[in-house]
Amino acid sequence: MSHKKSFSIKNVFLYIFLVIGAFISIMPFLWLVTTSLKPPGKIFSAPLLFPTHFYFENYIEAWNAVPFARYIFNSTIMSLGIVIFQTLFSAMAGYAFAKIRFKFKDALFIIFLITMMIPDSVKMIPNFLTIKNLGWYDTYTALIVPRAVSVFAIFLFRQFFLSIPSSIEESARLEGCGLFRLFFQIVLPLSKPVMVTNILFSFLFAWNDFLWPLIITDSQKMRTIQVGLSYFQGRYGIRWELLSAATIFSILPSLIVFIIAQKYFIEGISTSGLKE
Amino acid sequence: MSKKTGGSQTHLFFKKERFSLAIFLIPSIIIIFVFNLFPAFYSFFLSFFNWNGFSPNKEFVGFNNYIMAFKDPELRNSIIVTLIYSSLVTFLSMIIGLLIALALNKDLKGKSLFRLLYFIPVVTPSVASGITWKYLFDPYNGVINKILGYFNINGPQWLNSTSWALFSVSIVGIWKRIGFCMVIYLAALQDIPKSYLEAAEVDGANVWHLFRYIKLPLLLPSSLFLIITGFIESFQVFDLIYTMTNGGPIGATDVLGFLLYRHAFKYFNLGYASVIALIIFVILFFLSIVQWKYTGGGVKNVA
Repeated sequence: MSHKKSFSIKNVFLYIFLVIGAFISIMPFLWLVTTSLKPPGKIFSAPLLFPTHFYFENYIEAWNAVPFARYIFNSTIMSLGIVIFQTLFSAMAGYAFAKIRFKFKDALFIIFLITMMIPDSVKMIPNFLTIKNLGWYDTYTALIVPRAVSVFAIFLFRQFFLSIPSSIEESARLEGCGLFRLFFQIVLPLSKPVMVTNILFSFLFAWNDFLWPLIITDSQKMRTIQVGLSYFQGRYGIRWELLSAATIFSILPSLIVFIIAQKYFIEGISTSGLKE
Repeated sequence: MSKKTGGSQTHLFFKKERFSLAIFLIPSIIIIFVFNLFPAFYSFFLSFFNWNGFSPNKEFVGFNNYIMAFKDPELRNSIIVTLIYSSLVTFLSMIIGLLIALALNKDLKGKSLFRLLYFIPVVTPSVASGITWKYLFDPYNGVINKILGYFNINGPQWLNSTSWALFSVSIVGIWKRIGFCMVIYLAALQDIPKSYLEAAEVDGANVWHLFRYIKLPLLLPSSLFLIITGFIESFQVFDLIYTMTNGGPIGATDVLGFLLYRHAFKYFNLGYASVIALIIFVILFFLSIVQWKYTGGGVKNVA
């Protein structure tokens, strides 16, 4: 009997710990929403974390102050490009590494893996120069192409393809199915779980990315949402209510995608982390 | 490596399909070689030149950039600042993430809601995070000092203070990483066979014993993964510094990533910037090896 009682007291402590932690975790968002809804004169007045005013004009003013629609459009193009190419190219390469025999396969795969150890900081300057020499500076190509393949994604796809039995493919081969049809009609649909994980992670990476778009774009027309937000901070930093509305624009897409697909995110992270 | 799985492997590649194979691999090969492998060599090459990136000729200067780096007090400061930042972020987010994972690894009500709330900072763009926390840290009107004020605590100057700024920025880095550590640890905790814990309980182990002698050793691979990924990520921090402090006050948060950015894209010293990039590479490589050996040995002992 005393065992049961101490158990529930323990749970109360656990809950207090978890609730305080969760509060700290989302406190910045409470503040953002509250501040973005306050009329200009009242930003510093309490309450700070629970909206009592609903001054939506801030959102309109922030939206019109700089071309946010353009920034979001640019980020969307960049994210779509990265998601589509990265998933397709990585799946194709992962399949070749898993199922096709060719010369120097192991050597090539090891070279791929080694490039994962080269930090982004080292790649930044040479890639900037390469993009300039190719005449891609300040274009969507510059934003998409260098990130159109991910070694980590190739690795995940390869592991998955190794795990599917070859009998399916063998029977397709016997019926005269070409490599392309086999891959796109039979193999790729089987790899849906890896594909979904990769689509979600590459989208999030692309949408939240900052440093590469910052150095590789120049004109107002090509700014992505994160670069645009940082520019907005520079110009309207003292207008807290506008800046918090603008910050919400940049967070919302990531947040919505995450909340809709949270199960896949968390499963994806758990499995990729454990496989290391 | 592929030999082991060779038994179940079909060799779908016929001679007439050389073309198909090429199409499967060529996009990856081109992009990986041009944008991932080549930069490592080119950075090394550039580090021996003085070049602004525009003028047609690069001036060969031998080891001059390396000698300059050796004497540069700004660079030395950046290395120390970055080591402190990445250690704080990596280890504190692991400890807090583990505590939360241990608390959530029970049949509590609202478990998935908590997991969601803790994970939201992980998916939040770092630019947005930096901007938001900058305002939360505001010494006069910021939420943090106002909350401290309710408890009659005089909050510090946070980002404006040379002694608090680095710690403040680290708080944001930790806040953004806790959810990731929690998810990794939670998955590892759920993989621990119940029979291990039950057997130990029968032998009279208490909660601490269960944690110290069963859970902690079995979590070692996850911890190693979190240490290595944590250092790789936090050692190259840029967005948070760019949005919150610009490296200041007086270099207190001038991390290597930010110093590298300044030399490359503000002062246009591509040669010197390449040396900084290579220093980041060498330190990260060295740290990964040490951590691998140190914890890797532990994994073997357990298994």
